[in-house]
Amino acid sequence: MQIPAIDPAKTALNYHHEGEVEAHGVEHPDHRMLGVIVFLCAEGMIFFGMFAAYLIYRAMAPAWPPEGTPDRELLLPGINTVILIASSFVIHNADTAIKKNDAAGMRNWLLVTIAMGAVFLFGQVYEYAHLEFGLTTNLYASCFYVLTAFHGLHVTLGVLLMVAVVWRSRAEGHYSSEHHFGIEATEIYWHFVDVIWIVLFLLLYIL
Amino acid sequence: MTQAQFQESANTEARGTAPADRHWRDYFTFNTDHKVIGIQYLVTTFIFYLIGGVMATLVRTELATPDSDFVPPELYNSLFTVHATVMIFLWIVPAGAGFANFLIPLMIGAKDMAFPRLNAIAFWLIPVGGVLLLSSFLVGAPQAGWTSYPPLSLVTAQAGEEIWILSVLILGTSSILGAVNFAVTIFTMRVPSMGLNDMPLFCWAMIATSALTLIATPVLAAALILLSFDLLAGTAFFNPTGNGDPIVYQHLFWFYSHPAVYIMIMPFFGVISEVLPVHSRKPIFGYLAIAYSSLAISFLGLIVWAHHMFTSGTPGWLRMFFMITTMIIAVPTGIKIFSWLATIWGGKLRLVSAMLFGMGFISTFVLGGITGIMVASVPFDIHVHDTYFVVAHLHYVLFGGSVFGIYAAFYHWFPKMTGRMINEFWGRVHFVLTYVGFTVTFLPMHALGMQGMPRRVAMYDPKFTTINVICTVGAYMLAVSTIPFIINVIWSWRYGPKAGDNPWQALSLEWMTTSPPPIENFEGVPVLATGPYDYGMEKIQNTGERLRLKLRENATRNAQKTGIPIAEAQASTFLGRTATLVAPESEVNVDSPADESQDGE
Repeated sequence: MQIPAIDPAKTALNYHHEGEVEAHGVEHPDHRMLGVIVFLCAEGMIFFGMFAAYLIYRAMAPAWPPEGTPDRELLLPGINTVILIASSFVIHNADTAIKKNDAAGMRNWLLVTIAMGAVFLFGQVYEYAHLEFGLTTNLYASCFYVLTAFHGLHVTLGVLLMVAVVWRSRAEGHYSSEHHFGIEATEIYWHFVDVIWIVLFLLLYIL
Repeated sequence: MTQAQFQESANTEARGTAPADRHWRDYFTFNTDHKVIGIQYLVTTFIFYLIGGVMATLVRTELATPDSDFVPPELYNSLFTVHATVMIFLWIVPAGAGFANFLIPLMIGAKDMAFPRLNAIAFWLIPVGGVLLLSSFLVGAPQAGWTSYPPLSLVTAQAGEEIWILSVLILGTSSILGAVNFAVTIFTMRVPSMGLNDMPLFCWAMIATSALTLIATPVLAAALILLSFDLLAGTAFFNPTGNGDPIVYQHLFWFYSHPAVYIMIMPFFGVISEVLPVHSRKPIFGYLAIAYSSLAISFLGLIVWAHHMFTSGTPGWLRMFFMITTMIIAVPTGIKIFSWLATIWGGKLRLVSAMLFGMGFISTFVLGGITGIMVASVPFDIHVHDTYFVVAHLHYVLFGGSVFGIYAAFYHWFPKMTGRMINEFWGRVHFVLTYVGFTVTFLPMHALGMQGMPRRVAMYDPKFTTINVICTVGAYMLAVSTIPFIINVIWSWRYGPKAGDNPWQALSLEWMTTSPPPIENFEGVPVLATGPYDYGMEKIQNTGERLRLKLRENATRNAQKTGIPIAEAQASTFLGRTATLVAPESEVNVDSPADESQDGE
């Protein structure tokens, strides 16, 4: 059987054990992406569990949010939401750029996305610092902090993923129109974080 | 002991002919070979089984007398809590993953799992989570039972409870990562000539299991994260003193933990579907029915969780829904059971240890399933809720089902994993001890439960003493039953007669490579010449032109998809192997190893 030559770009992301072989030389173009999507479905179920708990509390409570919860400021989280949604479009440009072999363009678009993610996180911390209720004030407050913080953790992870991609892209030709799975995976993850935020924003702020 | 086991296996392998054989040191490294990881899983989980077994024995010793006189009450609570956690999260679930790791790439003709490094991570989380869980004994182990219902879990042994949460989160992460890997591997890495309906049934079972793991386990994580906040940060998600709702925890918990019983049993449904046809030397009865009933069980398993909560104030209409859906699960399960019986029916049975455990599995699992239907009905459940009837039921399903399945798989694939035959005499001794010990331990518990003895208590009414003593004797028997198994495995791994590639004359792909398999499993791309269960079927018996045509067709498909021309020589090697494989009437001399070992001991 013919063993394909080892491609350095592929080795860095190698997924076959010891980086030596393609499975049978059979192309499995989709299996890494399938893995990411399946994993994100599982991630989604964690959020689903928390949303379910939140909705049960909400359905059982006589008043929601419970009496005495201070009003929530909508301006800052609104801006944050717009930034996060916009960043989903920005990161897509990075993917488009690398598909045209434009590594510099990809890096720039990713840096913009990183900045937007960072602004979102700072906005969230700023909001926490200025809210008039704490983690244990009541059930709504607990849900609010735990859900937004858990989402913030995912945003942080997404930013770190992008930083990793940018850091690795310093090597000439590390990513190319042929090899850009890391970027695609990061993009899918970022869209996932975005979608979760939209649901979260609707549940916690609007409804 | 296990260290010796490792070393011996490695020595055996090192003496092999293939240059790429494993060295024993590989079994202690962060290896990415699925076979190494599979064996690492199995040995590690077996160690945890012994630890959990010691705890069970201590619990039963305490229960030999009505008074709380053997261990302090707090320790007793910790023992049954950690016993259950270890057995579920560190033995049955990861043991299934261990077999899946070893077998799936071999069964579908792949060189490795889709994500080998992820695979290694998933394994190494197991010892981390396990040691963390056991370390809770240093600070006061959790006492709230493996369900950790709040508010009880919020007030007893808080440090131990938090450690419990962390370790279950780690183990849950491990099983999610494993499930991602299994699902992607099965869907994308099959040899080109293998369609979904040509797969061995174990792979089907693992698809169903992975789906359940991926859907249900994260919800447990959500529940545990919220519980953690209640414990550490003073929130009140589940704390009634702060307007929280403990019932919400029960819903989230059982949304995972009911499907979890299918995560625990489904891989062994797959194992039994492999073991029975091979040792009955007959095609499996109802391949598609068995495959799709796994999927049906997965789906139904996800919508029945509240049957654990009939006494938690669930409204009547909801109880009715969950009672009916629970009972419907008996239908796909029954389809499997009857298909297995029809497989054995009229077969030329080969009563080796694997087959004995397989048939033991059916008998005990049917009993466990019947009591499952009983507790699914609301009025009966209210009567026996939290009594020993439930303990008996769950042990019939999880011990009589999963553990018997694990043993069946151990004996069935031992030749493939080690290249040696296991001693059948001591295997049969092990089976008899396990089966009798199991029955003596758990059958009387049904009576205890019907008479009203509550579970999870150290002190009980003296009128229950006699039955409890019987159960305790059975538990000691079970403890003793592992000794012949351990000695047998180590001895056979070292001195057992060489197994050859295919000692059982099975037809699935994992038997078409050497034992133990070389590092990348197959030379070239294996070609399917038969289905996995085509024993004695007409198209196979006619080993002439028809088989040659089928083989050529598959080889052409392989060549088209891979671009690798199938050499004539390779095709004929497979044809030769297949031709020897498909003689279903020929005997395998399984008794000779036993005779030799008797001389040896």
